[in-house]
Amino acid sequence: MQKIRVIIAKPGLDGHDRGAKVIARALRDAGMEVIYTGLRQTPEQIVSAALQEDADAIGLSILSGAHLHICPRVMELLREKGLNDVLVVVGGIIPDVDIPKLNAIGIKGIFLPGTPMQEIVDFITRNTRSRVGT
Amino acid sequence: MKTASPPARISHERRGSFTTISGRPINELYTPADIASLDYARDLGDPGDFPYTRGIHANGYRGKLWTMRQFAGFGTPEETNRRYKQLLKAGGTGLSVAFDLPTLMGRDPDHELSLGEVGKCGVNVTSLADMETLFNGIDLGGITTSMTINSPASMIFAMYLVVAEKQGVAWESLSGTIQNDILKEFIAQKEYIYPPRQSMRLITDVFVFCAERVPRWNTISISGYHIREAGATAAQELAFTLRDGIEYVQYGVDAGLDVDAFAPRLSFFFNSHSDFFEEIAKYRAARRIWAHVMRDRFKARNPRSWQLRFHTQTAGVSLTAQQPYNNVVRTALQAMAAVLGGTQSLHTNSLDEALALPTEEAATLALRTQQIIAHETGVANLVDPLGGSYFIEKLTSDLEEETLAYFDTIDRMGGMVPAIENGYPQREIAESAYKFQQAVEQRDKIIVGVNAFVTDEEEPIGILYIDETTAERQLANLNRLRQTRDNGRVRAALDALAEGARGSANTMPLLVEAVRAYATIGEMCDALREVWGEYEETPII
Repeated sequence: MQKIRVIIAKPGLDGHDRGAKVIARALRDAGMEVIYTGLRQTPEQIVSAALQEDADAIGLSILSGAHLHICPRVMELLREKGLNDVLVVVGGIIPDVDIPKLNAIGIKGIFLPGTPMQEIVDFITRNTRSRVGT
Repeated sequence: MKTASPPARISHERRGSFTTISGRPINELYTPADIASLDYARDLGDPGDFPYTRGIHANGYRGKLWTMRQFAGFGTPEETNRRYKQLLKAGGTGLSVAFDLPTLMGRDPDHELSLGEVGKCGVNVTSLADMETLFNGIDLGGITTSMTINSPASMIFAMYLVVAEKQGVAWESLSGTIQNDILKEFIAQKEYIYPPRQSMRLITDVFVFCAERVPRWNTISISGYHIREAGATAAQELAFTLRDGIEYVQYGVDAGLDVDAFAPRLSFFFNSHSDFFEEIAKYRAARRIWAHVMRDRFKARNPRSWQLRFHTQTAGVSLTAQQPYNNVVRTALQAMAAVLGGTQSLHTNSLDEALALPTEEAATLALRTQQIIAHETGVANLVDPLGGSYFIEKLTSDLEEETLAYFDTIDRMGGMVPAIENGYPQREIAESAYKFQQAVEQRDKIIVGVNAFVTDEEEPIGILYIDETTAERQLANLNRLRQTRDNGRVRAALDALAEGARGSANTMPLLVEAVRAYATIGEMCDALREVWGEYEETPII
């Protein structure tokens, strides 16, 4: 069985990486191949990592309020590179009113503070299955 | 006659483990046997006496209540200036500045990584012009200002000094604090720019400069807050923070300063998390450990060098997005622990901070929480009310013992800078964070409203939205500045700064000159980036 490959990225200037690291470890413990990019990644760097690593999914951790600037740029670059089937999920502090805006650009998985790790593992597994073919 | 058999001892206990939030096992009962080795005069002392376990002031809060210092900042300098004037009008005497991420990372608003971040998590300050606006109409000689700034602390401090100069306020009379604690950035919050050793030089430059020129300024706030938020246990928060303190003192001494010339200006900043007694014991242990470190390890002679003064903030990480009104209760209990532990100043978080920056209404409620503790509960009537409790004294001693064991480990690594370069504290914290998350997942630790007592449908609360035009306005101001200032003077000042950084000159006077020329924070930080390079961590998960 092919492992699901996930990029976990911290875009923007924020350094609060507790959530990103805990999630990275939970996904790894759940049997996924996890590539953690580290801090301060531009949308260009994140998409280029996804291309190089042949990622099935990208998880963006954003707590600073910059999500409406960063997420559309990531989605646009993914389209440009023909990576339309890469699942993008976002975790962090996202106000309720912004959720439909993120949904509208193709981000289906939005995980707010307090989300159980298992829920995120299940979501990624379910939504990458067709691509991974298991 | 048949005698009744003694009642069976009730051995049933609730399910789950009896541990603190840090995973420390707790006994059912503590007795004199647990503190048999404790000597009152040696280990506790009266408040105001070495080793200050019971407090640094003989009369506790009877002389002066703790300072209620609420952290604030958002959007443009104009907007934050208006908020500060309101706070001062309402009777405040101290300000606490929250900067946005571009400022904290030494980037101008037009840098690509500033996209979407300008004015979001705090106020944007790009140059002296912004600092002048931020403090417009506020007499820097009449207030104390705390500034949460680390990597570019000396640049922001230089801006503050030049604003004072322009107001005609002598530097000798300025009072306030810059956080200026880079070690905890490498360990936890990750807002670093330069490699550790060069970063430490910037900090010792501030120690030396202030000892001569700004003697009433608190040059550093050695912070455990962020270490705890990143997932550390109470003992790890205590150990890494105080060991950071030792590193700063050692660097100051190595830079040629007499320990008593700068140690009284060091201050600390701790978290107040949800485990009530463990937190109280933590503050008491901190004072005892530091008193011994300063007297015995560094041979300081001035009692002010032995006394650990600290600010506390309630635990942001404990706030939940679910059922946000529960956060008022969490914050109140955490604030109570900080007060029972003898904090010098306190910030209480607002109920909406797991969702956004606080609304004015939520921030007011957070301040009211402190006022209720101070004026209604009676806890400020006496000093160290829990001193002598078998449990509190045992916890205090246990936390001290764990901290000293961490000191030994880090000393063997050659100090905190080498330990950080090896990723040691980062690894310890990541491990604790993951363990805690697993305990929550397994419901070994209960978080009300999150993994128990969940409500199906929640009514959303109103939150603060940051105006998206902040970035445009700051960009326009920056462009205008670059056209109107004397760019030749800026270039010369930046060249002198780079030259000084290559050699061993104190960077502070060079930064003051660059600030006077209206060099931007990004330009000043870039000048040093070119000489020192940037730090890149090896991520540890």
